[in-house]
Amino acid sequence: MAELRMREALRDAMAEEMRRDESVFVMGEDVGVFQGAFKVTEGLLDEFGEKRIRDTPISENTIVGVGVGAAMAGLRPVVELMTVNFSLLALDQIVNHAAAIPYMFNGNVRVPMVIRMPGGGGHQLGPTHSHSFEALYLQVPGLLVACPSTPADAKALLKASIRDENPVIFIEHESLYGIKGEVPEGEDEILRFGEAAIRREGSDVTIVGILKMAHVAERAAAELEEEHGISAEVIDPRTLRPLDLDTILASVKKTNRAVIVEEGWPHGGVGANLSTLITEQAFDYLDAPVQRVTGADVHMPYSRRMEQAAIPHEENVIEAVLATTEGAFPPAGGNSGEGDS
Amino acid sequence: MAELPDRQESLELLGRMCLIRRFEEEAGRQYQRAKAGGFLHLAIGEEATIVGTTSVMREDDYLIGTYRTHGHALARGTPANEVMAELFGRQTGTSGGRGGSMHIFDAGRRFMGGYGIVGGNLPLAAGLALASQYRDEDTVTVCMFGDGASNTGNFGETMNLAALWKLPVLFLVENNLYGMGTSLERHSAVTDLSHKAAGYGIEGERIDGMNVLEVRERVGEHLETVRSEGRPSLVEAFTYRYRGHSAADPEVYREKSEVEEWREKDPIENFIRLCCDQGVLSDDDVEAARREADETVEAAVKFADESPEPALESLYEELYVVSETMGWYAVDERSPEPHRGELGEDAPELARDLAESGAAHADGEDPEQQSRPGVRD
Ligand SMILES: Cc1ncc(C[n+]2csc(CCOP(=O)(O)OP(=O)(O)O)c2C)c(N)n1
Ligand SMILES: [Mg+2]
Repeated sequence: MAELRMREALRDAMAEEMRRDESVFVMGEDVGVFQGAFKVTEGLLDEFGEKRIRDTPISENTIVGVGVGAAMAGLRPVVELMTVNFSLLALDQIVNHAAAIPYMFNGNVRVPMVIRMPGGGGHQLGPTHSHSFEALYLQVPGLLVACPSTPADAKALLKASIRDENPVIFIEHESLYGIKGEVPEGEDEILRFGEAAIRREGSDVTIVGILKMAHVAERAAAELEEEHGISAEVIDPRTLRPLDLDTILASVKKTNRAVIVEEGWPHGGVGANLSTLITEQAFDYLDAPVQRVTGADVHMPYSRRMEQAAIPHEENVIEAVLATTEGAFPPAGGNSGEGDS
Repeated sequence: MAELPDRQESLELLGRMCLIRRFEEEAGRQYQRAKAGGFLHLAIGEEATIVGTTSVMREDDYLIGTYRTHGHALARGTPANEVMAELFGRQTGTSGGRGGSMHIFDAGRRFMGGYGIVGGNLPLAAGLALASQYRDEDTVTVCMFGDGASNTGNFGETMNLAALWKLPVLFLVENNLYGMGTSLERHSAVTDLSHKAAGYGIEGERIDGMNVLEVRERVGEHLETVRSEGRPSLVEAFTYRYRGHSAADPEVYREKSEVEEWREKDPIENFIRLCCDQGVLSDDDVEAARREADETVEAAVKFADESPEPALESLYEELYVVSETMGWYAVDERSPEPHRGELGEDAPELARDLAESGAAHADGEDPEQQSRPGVRD
């Protein structure tokens, strides 16, 4: 084990896979000389040189398309888009090409590539630089979608993504790059897609959170325990396509309540999708409607106060949990003698 | 004026052009008979540009094109049977019936696909060329696209990146003077498209795309420059499509007389005249080439017609590769059990139910009578 920051874990994943496989290369805007807009590719140019760490012009659709073409010819590109916001300029190559090509050509060619993109709000970057597009990519058949929340998962999932034969949308959260965590060493430490992590066991409610919201969910769960005597199970799906629905359903069948936390917009979101899946498949187990905690349905405002109001926090999660448990538990500090003391 | 090649090569060029012409005419007929669906874009009139180009490509060079590429695949050697079967949506088609007319593909012959998004193939071409450069291979990628595509953002982005990275790619504009119903001078500020990439550092040349010998000679030279100097180049082939943009095009944007004028420059007729005048080919040779094209296309229609429809159970196949890193995927998470399409073997029930109901619809049965399968019933 080594203690690494998220950005270091991601860099190590790329470096290890590049040492292991000549066909892996990295390209994107400012990934080389500048060392990455978020310093994720720091040091890679020195080790691997310009052939394999390629600075590109600002041409999102073409960068992704070049990756698709190179992947079709047998290379394994890792394309960094500076942020998810700019991935909108590459949607044609992502959806109509990377995702569609293997299927539309009947499996006669594959597109083994990774498209990394950091996103999320919280840095006062305003409407054009704060998006969360997990739901957008989750919708597209043919793509795998990864959204790690810890350094260990980030490294193991990125290594799996690079080795995988399918196009992967690898979403990172800008606020998590600096967090530290224990990361197992070993070149073949990989995390398979479709395996959720139970971050905290509990019996009263299931909270599902992704990316930064996985951490918010955990902190909310701790407070729920302390302040309200509610035992929350926290699940981080880690990948949205494929989604480890089994683990989530098993938890909901145990707790009979579910709250889903994401930073993206509410309509057609990750939570909207998951709550439908839970309702369809575990309706009889539910004691309360599934609750969603999402980013506000607006373009991210710049003002710090406004921005914070638009992003979910622990108290929003606690509120949602309490809405699902209303009446089911004695109020905290009540006469029952339970709860916090 | 480029010289005629020897008899064998001349026969080859003639044979390929006749095959494309016949194939396209027949595809149009089959479309009228509703054997082929969707959109159908024919390349009649553009045969010399296609065949002249492929005739000077090496087998290991990549070719990538648009949605008007039945002929490109045929010119690369893809059997007419498989192209026609793809138009018919059959399992034996180049894309197993998943792509259709706009998405022909033949990796074995390095025809890296037809694409339905105008300009979408340009970045892909740069990627294929990057792979060659990365591996120190001297293969060249030929990227063919229309005059209309030269207005897309991909054009500028790809020209810049290809020139910057010195990628071995030959951009070949099939300038047929129209993007759908919008004529060149109404859609492009610069109408000499051979200069359109100059600002990005790629010099180009305009050639007569109706003359197969000129195409061969000029494209051949550009290919060698790209190959030996390791940098992109651009050729604008002036050509013309006799038919409408697609099968459903009343052609209100051009005069009949314009089409007639271009027919005078017919790439096949003119090539035949030249070959016969110079005594390289005889009338019998020409007759034989035409007969062979007829027979090949007739057989292709029969083959396509008799080929099976894609199996319904395969609806969800080839979407993902199941492997160590991605052990399963849910084909439709709405089902009670996530369907783990392990290596595509056990075709999931739900997938089949959904597919069968859709297929019944396609077969003309009353969809209302079909119960919608799924988790709810
Ligand atoms: C991105 C995109 N926009 C619009 C279309 C619709 N469309 C299909 S073909 C075409 C005209 C393209 O003209 P050109 O590039 O000259 O090729 P040609 O059809 O003449 O071979 C248009 C607008 C499309 N398929 N893709
Ligand atoms: Mg055109």
